[in-house]
Amino acid sequence: MSSDDRQLAAREALVGVAQEPGVAKPDPILVADGVERQFGGLKAVDVDHFELQRGSITALIGPNGAGKTTFFNLLTGFDSPDNGEWTFNGRSLAGMPAYKVARTGMVRTFQLTKALSKMTVLQNMLLGAPQQKGENFFAGLIAGTWRSQEKANTARAEELLAHFKLDAKSDDFAGSLSGGQRKLLEMARALMVEPDLVMLDEPMAGVNPALKQSLLDHIRELRESGMTVLFVEHDMDMVRDVSDWVVVMAQGQIVAEGPPLEVMQQQAVIDAYLGEHHDVSLDSGSPA
Amino acid sequence: MDFNLIFSQAITQGLGVQAVIFALAAIGLNVHFGYTGLLNFGQAAFLAVAAYGLGVTVATLGLSLWVGVFVGIAAAVLLALLLGIPTLRLRADYLAIVTIATAEIVRLIVRSVTLRDVFGGSDGINRFADEFYALNPFAAGLTLGPLNFSRNDLFVVVVGWVLVLVSCLIVFLAMRSPWGRVLKGIREDEDAVRSLGKNVYSYKLQSLVLGGVLGCLGGFVFAISSQSVQPDNYGTDLTFFAWAALILGGAARVFGPVLGSILFWFLLVFINVALTEAVRVGYITFIDGTQVGQIQFWILGLSLMLLMIYRPQGILGDKRELAFDVK
Ligand SMILES: Nc1ncnc2c1ncn2[C@@H]1O[C@H](COP(=O)(O)OP(=O)(O)OP(=O)(O)O)[C@@H](O)[C@H]1O
Ligand SMILES: [Mg+2]
Repeated sequence: MSSDDRQLAAREALVGVAQEPGVAKPDPILVADGVERQFGGLKAVDVDHFELQRGSITALIGPNGAGKTTFFNLLTGFDSPDNGEWTFNGRSLAGMPAYKVARTGMVRTFQLTKALSKMTVLQNMLLGAPQQKGENFFAGLIAGTWRSQEKANTARAEELLAHFKLDAKSDDFAGSLSGGQRKLLEMARALMVEPDLVMLDEPMAGVNPALKQSLLDHIRELRESGMTVLFVEHDMDMVRDVSDWVVVMAQGQIVAEGPPLEVMQQQAVIDAYLGEHHDVSLDSGSPA
Repeated sequence: MDFNLIFSQAITQGLGVQAVIFALAAIGLNVHFGYTGLLNFGQAAFLAVAAYGLGVTVATLGLSLWVGVFVGIAAAVLLALLLGIPTLRLRADYLAIVTIATAEIVRLIVRSVTLRDVFGGSDGINRFADEFYALNPFAAGLTLGPLNFSRNDLFVVVVGWVLVLVSCLIVFLAMRSPWGRVLKGIREDEDAVRSLGKNVYSYKLQSLVLGGVLGCLGGFVFAISSQSVQPDNYGTDLTFFAWAALILGGAARVFGPVLGSILFWFLLVFINVALTEAVRVGYITFIDGTQVGQIQFWILGLSLMLLMIYRPQGILGDKRELAFDVK
């Protein structure tokens, strides 16, 4: 199946899904209910119901401070909610520590990149490989137990690095990469985990326009290889370009959902971005 | 001035039992700090529980020295778990505070009057290592160029350096493995490691145990070499000298702590003997011999400061890595 066919298939699956916040999806991989997180007097996240369609590319948008990153943190076990339940692939994840969430196949990246500076780019990648025999202390001492697995992982890492145009950097310290390259490394490293769902927090911030295009291609390829993608992005052109479905957050709540072209027209979205009482369309140009 | 004497003493100390003890302590710290980024300011406690484990088993309970070694290692593992379980989920500085306090608590317990029957109070425990010296294969001491060891010292020093090399080998093997890679990842950013599905807490605990056990070997060498354990030998000085050795040699390098410890003791004794000689011969008149002990630490401290300014990565460290310390 070509990329266009996949996009068609992913979009077709969502045809007929009502354009309202918290709507049910035909085949959800992630279902969240009543997830709330309060910081002092501020309710940063207050999500009533949320479903994520399997095999789709879903964009999570919303103004600064809407609670997108906090919502990511809650879902992936990096923060714990005051209330709420959520299941991934039918398995409840509430209260599960972050590393176990990652092992279930739900892997996230960070808005502020976390390159492991004093390790090489290749070592960064290898750290992502799951179920390594040599990560047991005693097995680690005997190289024979993990050499062949390490070789296979290295091959896969190099393939991914080549894909992200980082292969020339493979032996450099990750700390020497530029901001955009770190974003790429973090995404590639997350893919080493072989996830079912990748959650990317502003993967394209600070990446130059040419590379952005190829990043968009990568994201499409993820869908082609059967992964589900949820990503936060402020650039509406990117969102329109790549996503099958868009979820809009404002002040902690999901205020709108829909296909990328239509959702921008919704009054709730315009309100969320520009405040109420105005008549500007979001369709032309990116919001502030 | 007797330069022969100055160098002979400095080299003998630089390769002597003190250097072995601090090399082992610093190798443990290297696992904690150099590779995992854990701030342990209570390394003395690991040496203390090993030394006392050995001493109490032999002198108080009348069991074999080898049982004592086992008890000492078990005590170090237990101490690591005790320190790590409550603190390693918290921010890095909590471990630092808890370790420094725990080390003092350990020292105060073993020197307490109430427990005198077990630990010997401030006198400690003495003469429990005959079983070790009975194994001495050397017929005589060693005088080789500037080196000068008695028969028993020679045995302890040889066994000690073998322990240092074995420890270095373990660190080398562990740190080149995927296990070591996880530790280095934790040092850089533990949330990133968590997001990749690694149980950070468990690895930190394992690091604390490994570094504690390697460090505790220094406690055995200390106890056996002097045939005694005394509480005040395990104060904060010991921990900070070990840190100095680690930073001097270069953290996160296999031989960094070893080189650091050798240099540390070489310099300390060199300064001491050189000053004493200079005072004796009359080159220096504004201090007397009894003040040398304090002044040697001033000079050593000054040298360490200069090293940190001009070579902050330590002797074996990699300058390139420092560039990334600013986040
Ligand atoms: N640890 C925290 N303590 C207190 N308040 C917080 C904390 N983390 C987030 N907040 C607040 O919660 C709200 C949501 O923040 P969040 O980072 O989730 O926004 P966001 O949608 O990711 O924004 P952006 O698009 O700017 O990244 C903000 O008002 C923020 O100030
Ligand atoms: Mg954010």
